[in-house]
Amino acid sequence: MVSIMSDNSTPLLEMRGISKHFGATKALDRVDFTCNAGEVHAVLGENGAGKSTLMKLIAGVLQPTHGQLRVDGQDVFLNTPQTALRHGLVCMFQELSLVPDLTVRENLLLGAPGAGLGWLAGTGLDKAQDVLNRIGAGQIKMGTRVADLTLPQRQQVEIAKAIMKKPRLLILDEATSALSASVVEGVFDLVREERDSGTAILFISHRFHEIEALADRVSVFRNGQRVETFMKGDHTYSEIIGMMVGQKIEELFPPKPPSQRDADIVLDVQNYTWESQVRDVSLSVKRGQIVGLGGLDGQGQGAFLMGLFGLLRKAEGTTAISGQATEINSPKEAKKRDISLAYIPEDRKTEGLILDQSIQENLELAALGRPDLDAGDTALYAGSLDQLALKHGGLELPVSSLSGGNQQKVVLAKWLALKPRCLLLADPTRGIDVKTKTQIYAILRKLADQGTAIILLSTDYEELIQLCDETHIFFDGKVVASLNGDDLTPENIIAATLNVASEPQAAHA
Amino acid sequence: MLRTVSIDSLMPYIGVVLLVIAGSFFFPQVLSAGYLSQQLQIAAFLGLLATGATIVILLGHIDLSVPWVLTGAAILSTALVGSGNPVLSAIAVPAALAFGALIGIVNGIGVAILRIPSMVWTLAVNSMLLGLAVLNTGGFNPRGEASPLMIAMASGDILGLPISFLIWIALSIALAGFLTRTPFGRYLRSIGFNEKATFLSGVSTPSVVFTAFAIAGMCSALGGVMLAGYANQAYQSMGDPFLLPTIAAVVIGGTSILGGRGGLFGTIGGALFITLLTSILSVMQIEDAWRNIIFGTIILVMLLFQTLRKGAAA
Amino acid sequence: MLDYMRSNRREVIAGVVLIALLAAYLGSHPRGASTYVMTIWANQCLILGLAACAQFFAVVVRGIDLSVGAVMALTNCVASYLLDGSAVGIAVGMLAVVATGALCGLLNGMIVVYGRIQPIVVTLATASIFVGIALLLRPTPGGAVNYDLADAMTLDLLGIPTALIITVVAVIGFWLPFRRTGLGLGLYALGSSEQAAFQSGIDTRFIRLAAFTLAGLFGGLAGLFYSFVTTTGDAGIAAGFTLNSIAAVVLGGVLLRGGVGSLIGALAGAFILKTIASLMFFSGIPSLAQPLFEGMILAAAIAIGGADVLRARNKLEVFS
Repeated sequence: MVSIMSDNSTPLLEMRGISKHFGATKALDRVDFTCNAGEVHAVLGENGAGKSTLMKLIAGVLQPTHGQLRVDGQDVFLNTPQTALRHGLVCMFQELSLVPDLTVRENLLLGAPGAGLGWLAGTGLDKAQDVLNRIGAGQIKMGTRVADLTLPQRQQVEIAKAIMKKPRLLILDEATSALSASVVEGVFDLVREERDSGTAILFISHRFHEIEALADRVSVFRNGQRVETFMKGDHTYSEIIGMMVGQKIEELFPPKPPSQRDADIVLDVQNYTWESQVRDVSLSVKRGQIVGLGGLDGQGQGAFLMGLFGLLRKAEGTTAISGQATEINSPKEAKKRDISLAYIPEDRKTEGLILDQSIQENLELAALGRPDLDAGDTALYAGSLDQLALKHGGLELPVSSLSGGNQQKVVLAKWLALKPRCLLLADPTRGIDVKTKTQIYAILRKLADQGTAIILLSTDYEELIQLCDETHIFFDGKVVASLNGDDLTPENIIAATLNVASEPQAAHA
Repeated sequence: MLRTVSIDSLMPYIGVVLLVIAGSFFFPQVLSAGYLSQQLQIAAFLGLLATGATIVILLGHIDLSVPWVLTGAAILSTALVGSGNPVLSAIAVPAALAFGALIGIVNGIGVAILRIPSMVWTLAVNSMLLGLAVLNTGGFNPRGEASPLMIAMASGDILGLPISFLIWIALSIALAGFLTRTPFGRYLRSIGFNEKATFLSGVSTPSVVFTAFAIAGMCSALGGVMLAGYANQAYQSMGDPFLLPTIAAVVIGGTSILGGRGGLFGTIGGALFITLLTSILSVMQIEDAWRNIIFGTIILVMLLFQTLRKGAAA
Repeated sequence: MLDYMRSNRREVIAGVVLIALLAAYLGSHPRGASTYVMTIWANQCLILGLAACAQFFAVVVRGIDLSVGAVMALTNCVASYLLDGSAVGIAVGMLAVVATGALCGLLNGMIVVYGRIQPIVVTLATASIFVGIALLLRPTPGGAVNYDLADAMTLDLLGIPTALIITVVAVIGFWLPFRRTGLGLGLYALGSSEQAAFQSGIDTRFIRLAAFTLAGLFGGLAGLFYSFVTTTGDAGIAAGFTLNSIAAVVLGGVLLRGGVGSLIGALAGAFILKTIASLMFFSGIPSLAQPLFEGMILAAAIAIGGADVLRARNKLEVFS
């Protein structure tokens, strides 16, 4: 075994010339990266910049195509997560690593240090319970099934599970994305304590103020490469953004034309209510308008969008398409010619595409059921594929051979073939590279100019500001703010997503 | 169309050729027209069942109700013929097919609406059909007989080719066309790969499931009618020996048990291969025990070959 | 306790159903709750129960084992050679019988793991091989099992059927502790979410191998106990047990999608299935209608389990 102590000259973890290719996609391209004991190293980058791939390589989930990893100056080959764990490399994954059908206790036992295949004594459980108490999760019962926990609770358990493994290097990959401010503070205290006792922390977050609060060093990634590494405070906020994006934010978005107040209303929803998740939502979208839906994850905006597409049973409220009262009970009805809605689902890999089928077959799947369209006619898709500049080696290849961004283009083109009257998009740019984002923004703007009504759910508030004519912010199932014109500012959006106006200081209570 | 002829689906045909060559080495009569034509005739029974099974497996499901749909259709058709009433006798075959379709829809409801795993639900349907048959026939071999039409379907021949084989191939070609040229075929495979994404593309997935199971039920029923014609009677449990060879025929024909991938071309080869293998093993007078062992081993080897080839390609 | 019942709802329901059925059975039996009646009932239940346990281990890791009946047939035939003679010989013989089962399971597991073929297809093929070997051993039913041993295992102890005692010992002595081991939890983890299990540092290949080996081992135990009950070897018993073992685990609340259910549930499911059959026998329903009733009860029980989805308010929830 390597020695536990490491002096300052040898970094705890060193990566040299690391590349990771998925088919034609280079997720990481010749990256050098080091991480020292006793520091919090923040990793920044857009979605798709390669951060998560980097973390998976360190955690042994993936293996590099080229390059070498070193722990304490010794070459290592991390062929499985077990090997990584043996070196003390522990990852708290963004895609949670908890087993849904097991209880909290059982999940913690599975991850406990030294847990083999034999009897599990439960030695680490006290430590885990201690961690849970400190991060405001003391009320989570050990006997509860993980599937019955909320997302924030799962993240808390995941944190406890990671820390009870006594990591030498702890990766926090969007570890706090669903947690409230007060809980995050508890987590940070814990992380600082770990750091001070010599643990290296790799910290991935989208929230700048979290980086500000926690990081010692910062590395910025873009398009699979490390752009720069610097001490916190060496660069300003806007400089860092510039490094991440590669260009100024304003250049990403097409210019927003003045909104047309007298256009016809395409989709009008009144008093939409479903279960306790969507409450009395009323909104409408006009021809040529892009309407944004914002809010923290799971505040009802996603369910609302699904409801419009006929995916929710027993919803209340009225829907009118171009003034005509309509009931939409299934996607099949929604895509009919006289309604003509299209829905770009949030998870393109499991909901938007059939990965095993060819690009062509995926493109045709939505148009097939429309008697007025000839799905086999490539002209239906050529226009949007051209504009989106789909990069492919042939339409007969499986859609899984495309990069994430190009896959999303296929999803879009598949629905645009139907010339939808109203386009519903659930966070279409999540996990997508900057260039593709720009192309998607451009085509959305063009569609709007041609008269399509667009509802865009987004977790990126720049999109809500730069692209949308009007933005509705959801909180706890309700629309708590409808912003347009000069009111559409980051400050207003953030205030509304936390619902600070009506419940002051709730987040810090 | 050509894409359905994958290397996997050619494997059983290569196997058939090898079997004939190897078999003729020991027994020259294997090469005789009479023997081969008889194999085609018998392969048709398994082939019809495997045709239906292919459609359900492409959908990502499985139909374990084959044995008693087959037996039920045989009992129903022979009973109608045996009634002596010419009208009833005339509708024997269509009635049996309707019965198969009806059971298929029952299967489809459990799978598509109640979302019960098809492996369990079709098993339950199978045992209900068994119960119905026992109740109806008193547990004895059902009375009745096959109509001339049924006998001709099973045992007749045209230009030296067995009618049963021609029916099977004609049905396979018709269904293959249906699968490749209609939206239904596309939906079927799409559901087999990813039902959720297919549903979200605006496809009424339950109706595709109903149709697929109904077609499979009709294939099983047709197999039952023809087997009854072959034996000139129906008998209890006549379908039981067919269930596992049916699945084996589909799988060694290159259709993925997980759904989506595969097609009827391979299934024809699979049914021919299994029929020929069984027959040659029995011609060689190999005892039952070794036949089972060789049968299982050969299926495993063919499947291992499929994955090895994919592993090498990847 | 309430927490336990909520998270193990399916097993609890299966248990309640079983008790109700058993009460009805004993009530309707002309000879009442005599030891004799109980013993016969318990023996039949335990044979299927052990087969269901075998199926459980395959299903909990999101697999299926179509060779359960074949393993039983093979081990039954092996037992008919080895379970007679000296006490030591018999003891070794029993171990050999169970080891044969475990070996069959290991073979299944290795083909699944290293051959990367779906379990349903693998076990379909190996079932044919196992039955073939069983037929080699016993072309026709025959052989013998030591009567004293068979009686000891299949009669009663102080009025309690031995089969029930074995069941309880299996649950308390094996299952409950096993559930607390890394292997036990690993099975669930693998079946529930292979990705999460892998990321938690679990050796998923080993766990899958172990699961199929355990399935074979319990298939061997089922074959062994079957030998005690029938005292002969018969290669032709495979077909019924495989399909019934699947029905039993489903009735006992084990989900075919993996990761949910328990050995207790599998046993309860098997007992329910057998009790329904026995109940039917004394219920006054015409004997010809009994298979139909059995089938309908099975279908109804399964359909009720599926009725949850009709309440799903989000249409996407039903896909998974």
